[in-house]
Amino acid sequence: MRERLLLLRYVLAENPVNLVALLLLAVLLGCATIGPSLVPYDPIATETAVALQPPSAQHWFGTDQLGRDVFSRVVVAARLDLAIAFAAVLLSMAVGAVAGAAMGYFRGPLDTIGSRTTDVLMAFPLFVLAMGMVAALGNSVSSVVYATAVINLPFYVRLARAEVSIRRSLGYIEAARVGGSGHARILRVFLLPNILPALVVQASVNLGWAVLNTAGLSFIGLGVRAPAPEWGIMVAEGAQFIVSGRWWIAACPGLALMLAVFCFNLLGDGLRDVVDPRTRT
Amino acid sequence: MGFLLRRLLGLVPALAGVVVVTFVLTHLLPGDPAVFFANSVTADAATIAAVRQKLGLDLPLWQQFFVYVGQLLHGDLGQAIGTGQPVAADLLQRLPASLELTLVAFAIALLVALPLGIAAALRPGSLLDHLCRVLSTAGVSLPTFVSGLLLIYFLYYQLGWAPEPIGRIDPFAIMPPRVTGLLLLDTLLAGDLEGFGMAARQIVLPAITMALFALAPLARMTRAAMLGVLSSEFIRTARANGLRRRKIILSYALRNALLPIVTTLGMIFSNMLGANVLVERVFAWPGVGSYALDSLISLDYAPVQGFMLVMAGIFVLVNLVIDLLYAVIDPRTGLLTHA
Amino acid sequence: MSTPLLSVRDLSVAFRTRSGAVQALRHVSFDLAPGEMLGIVGESGSGKSVTAFALLGLLDRAGRVTGGQALFGGQDLLRLGQGALNELRGAAMSIVFQNPRTALNPIRPVGVQIADVIARHDAGSPARLRARVLDSLRQMRIAEPERRAGAYPHELSGGMCQRIGIAMALACSPRLLIADEPTTGLDVTTQAAVMDVFRDAVRQGGVGSIFITHDLALASEYCDRILVMQSGEVVEDAPVAEIFSRARHPYTRRLLRSTPSSVDSIDALSPDEEPLPPAPPPSAIRVAPVLEVRGLCKGYAFARPRGVSNFWKPRDTAVLQAVDGVDMVIHPGEAVGLVGESGCGKSTLSRMINRLIAADAGEVLLQGEPIHRISPGRFAGMPARRQIQMVFQDPTESLNPRFSVFEAIADPVGQLLPHEGKAALRARVERAATQVGLPLALLPRYPHQLSGGQKARVGIARAMAVEPRLLVLDEPTSALDVSVQAVVLRLLTRLRREQGVAQLFVSHDLNVVRLLCDRIMVMYKGRVVETGTAEQVFNRPAHDYTRGLLAAIPRLRDHRPSEAE
Repeated sequence: MRERLLLLRYVLAENPVNLVALLLLAVLLGCATIGPSLVPYDPIATETAVALQPPSAQHWFGTDQLGRDVFSRVVVAARLDLAIAFAAVLLSMAVGAVAGAAMGYFRGPLDTIGSRTTDVLMAFPLFVLAMGMVAALGNSVSSVVYATAVINLPFYVRLARAEVSIRRSLGYIEAARVGGSGHARILRVFLLPNILPALVVQASVNLGWAVLNTAGLSFIGLGVRAPAPEWGIMVAEGAQFIVSGRWWIAACPGLALMLAVFCFNLLGDGLRDVVDPRTRT
Repeated sequence: MGFLLRRLLGLVPALAGVVVVTFVLTHLLPGDPAVFFANSVTADAATIAAVRQKLGLDLPLWQQFFVYVGQLLHGDLGQAIGTGQPVAADLLQRLPASLELTLVAFAIALLVALPLGIAAALRPGSLLDHLCRVLSTAGVSLPTFVSGLLLIYFLYYQLGWAPEPIGRIDPFAIMPPRVTGLLLLDTLLAGDLEGFGMAARQIVLPAITMALFALAPLARMTRAAMLGVLSSEFIRTARANGLRRRKIILSYALRNALLPIVTTLGMIFSNMLGANVLVERVFAWPGVGSYALDSLISLDYAPVQGFMLVMAGIFVLVNLVIDLLYAVIDPRTGLLTHA
Repeated sequence: MSTPLLSVRDLSVAFRTRSGAVQALRHVSFDLAPGEMLGIVGESGSGKSVTAFALLGLLDRAGRVTGGQALFGGQDLLRLGQGALNELRGAAMSIVFQNPRTALNPIRPVGVQIADVIARHDAGSPARLRARVLDSLRQMRIAEPERRAGAYPHELSGGMCQRIGIAMALACSPRLLIADEPTTGLDVTTQAAVMDVFRDAVRQGGVGSIFITHDLALASEYCDRILVMQSGEVVEDAPVAEIFSRARHPYTRRLLRSTPSSVDSIDALSPDEEPLPPAPPPSAIRVAPVLEVRGLCKGYAFARPRGVSNFWKPRDTAVLQAVDGVDMVIHPGEAVGLVGESGCGKSTLSRMINRLIAADAGEVLLQGEPIHRISPGRFAGMPARRQIQMVFQDPTESLNPRFSVFEAIADPVGQLLPHEGKAALRARVERAATQVGLPLALLPRYPHQLSGGQKARVGIARAMAVEPRLLVLDEPTSALDVSVQAVVLRLLTRLRREQGVAQLFVSHDLNVVRLLCDRIMVMYKGRVVETGTAEQVFNRPAHDYTRGLLAAIPRLRDHRPSEAE
């Protein structure tokens, strides 16, 4: 434990950017968990009298065309966006890691079928596939989660497969077989725990993509629908006002989006430094 | 040659899978096309049934699939309700707009990201390096549609440099004779310099938006690839033999760094094709992306199906080209045989 | 006394690491005369490679020269800037690196890489350049130099790549050549061939060279003088003859006594350690063999590459016979050595015996019971699994990084002896640890906190914990330093004599096998070409291949350390 803390301190000291990432993550998680109870205004209450007001002391991010407080909406939207992203990434990591590990370990027909399926999935530009899936499954939060999980799946499958392929001929795996362990146990006890760090690095980057994907889908009207507060929907609603100079309706949720994805990318970089010593100088 | 044939054969299962997936997805889409084609909400059950039979929608799913594949092989992608045209014709007409946008954006991204990434790798820890890292991390984080909107706000609304984002060309201008469909090329071929200027001005903002999207991962990858190559052992051998810095960078490092960069290009291009949809929506660009989107919203599914197929097909082809490029650069793939 | 070619005085180098500054070199001083071959011998961490890199200005960014001077051609190398050093590198002084494949640019033909070096220092017409490249390839005794010049590194063997490396280093006729462990990873016969080429080329050009290695025997065969380094310091500096007859420093003497080729029996190896129990006398009664192998075969199919015109013809598959009809018998308490170079099939054979892979044909009898028909997967769950255990080559790779030492040793016990209960398990683990000389305090540690020797012991403890009848050891000491290797070899002998476990020792190193094993089998291309007692095979080899192998092994020169020390 002590060694882990020392390592953490080393990583933070090495690159102060990692500290920024952790702080951002704390802010985001704070918004998602306790945000809705702390916001000054009700995110979906409309009040047309104060519509389209620029940022001010009462409304930090201004108001939108229905008089809703943009700041409150941005904070509350964190919960939905982050929840979707985490759910999708966890789902695809769980399924992808197991499938990829099995493919890399057993090879043979399982590997061939799995690789072909992954190739088909990756043959589509991913956003297009997500569009198609959400349109087919209907506009709901769960369909966005499933679609995002499916388009992220190939990355985990490939990563897990590659990592397991490297490790399957190492001494300790053969030692486990000589030591009486069956294949299932070897996968579970010896391989998956050792490939977990690489998967986690990939997951943190994928969290960023998942957020972008969800927002992109709602921007074009698929997936999560109004009046639920969600960053993509807010940008879509604000888009029509940009040309007339009312920038805050679209820019503020856009900024929130950017900060969230930025935070996850930085985390991914920081984790990569910890996990893969070769990239460390 | 054998390599090329083998690669082409290898595409077949992927393409087959693409067709299956597209078919399944569009058949899951909500709404009953038969009702639409019957053209009236109040049509009675008999009429709807008759229409359904005419469209072949009453056949079992697997039979519909074979009909579908048969149609595909004839180049028939179905009929679009909105335009009343065959989908294939629509797509062909609108494809150049999307391609033009994507290609210009790709070119911009390459021209900026590659030198930036290389320069950052050559001066690690410098201001340029930090700038590159921050830019690329931030760039990767910004959603395309947000950056598009921000660009419109700053460059059009505030500064007035960019024209109004209403499409490819001023609606009152005369379009040049259509040779390739790519406006920039066609205006040049027709000698219409004023038209070229207009088309160029219109394409700048959406192209930059898309380029930003590709720029960030490309710069990152270039920097990482260069750094990786520069720390490899054969560079140490080159240094140990006294080779000049320029020689090492150009002949030893750059060429080897191209390998991982080329493989990323495929991924980046795929993302750009997906981002097409978003950018076309923001800038009202009349390409295949907005075509598919409009059709989707009006529950017209044949265009969406066609769009997905075409996008996947383009991507598969691009991947093939990239694979070939990779094989040419890297002798380890055995394409070019030696001693 | 003529002026030395290179004169190093008080060279000190420090590295910036996570745990602070580490002093890698401390006041290293030596001279190199023109045309002399100086061997720098040391174990890992001794600083021998750091010395070479410091002299050429190739230290990586975390390293810094903190003192000293290195006079070469009237200039102090350590004070020169990179620009001036660049003029010297490749022309006046050059280096051959350890790993030949990775030291060459993988996507550039080797001839072009040599030409780059020549062109840099000695520009000429392309025709002349090409002629010089071909000349240097011929000097390395590379057949068909025109064809080879256009080849890529991945198309060449390891030995060939290293010759290219040497050719590159000698291309501009340097006065000083440094070779950093140039034969690591090469077969014994390839090593001998490369070293011969190296020595001849260096002698011919009158080049002063520094030969860095961990192999004392190899250094003694080729070098004029030897420098012994330990922990960043020079502990011995003497001509080859003196090193062996009058070694002054205790570390040198210990190194000498740990070198397998310098002693005749395992008891004499590293005699400062605890004495070994005596070998049990050969019993008169014929005991049933632990393992019997008859006619074992294993082939691997691979598709032969074919040209474009053959595209439409059915795939032409060839079979590579990795193991081609091998017979073997191992008796209880016996140590059998299986020797061969890479690709001879010894690893495949050991894995078939161990039931990690299935054989194509043949019989394997464990204590009289046939086990060859049981698939490897099923065998893992059978009680007979515990009778054969294995120790692997790379101690780092053979331990699960997520298991503590205790968990690593306990894992096979828990799987193979599930009925024993926790207390018995703990007792077994502790007993195994003590047997191999592993302090019980290390049991909660993780592999990255252990040294190479400690990790090797954990691997052995893990295999011995279930008390097998047969231990298969796949090159268990090739990744270890010489002194650690000596300790592990003695440990294995002790285990065999005390516990009566039979050992199958697979190795490419005949010297080690000679000390450890009663019987030796020599393998070549999947067949056993020679078998006999250790003494027979070593002193009266019957087969040509064995003779060739014995001739290629570097031996310490005839000046043996006197027993009185």
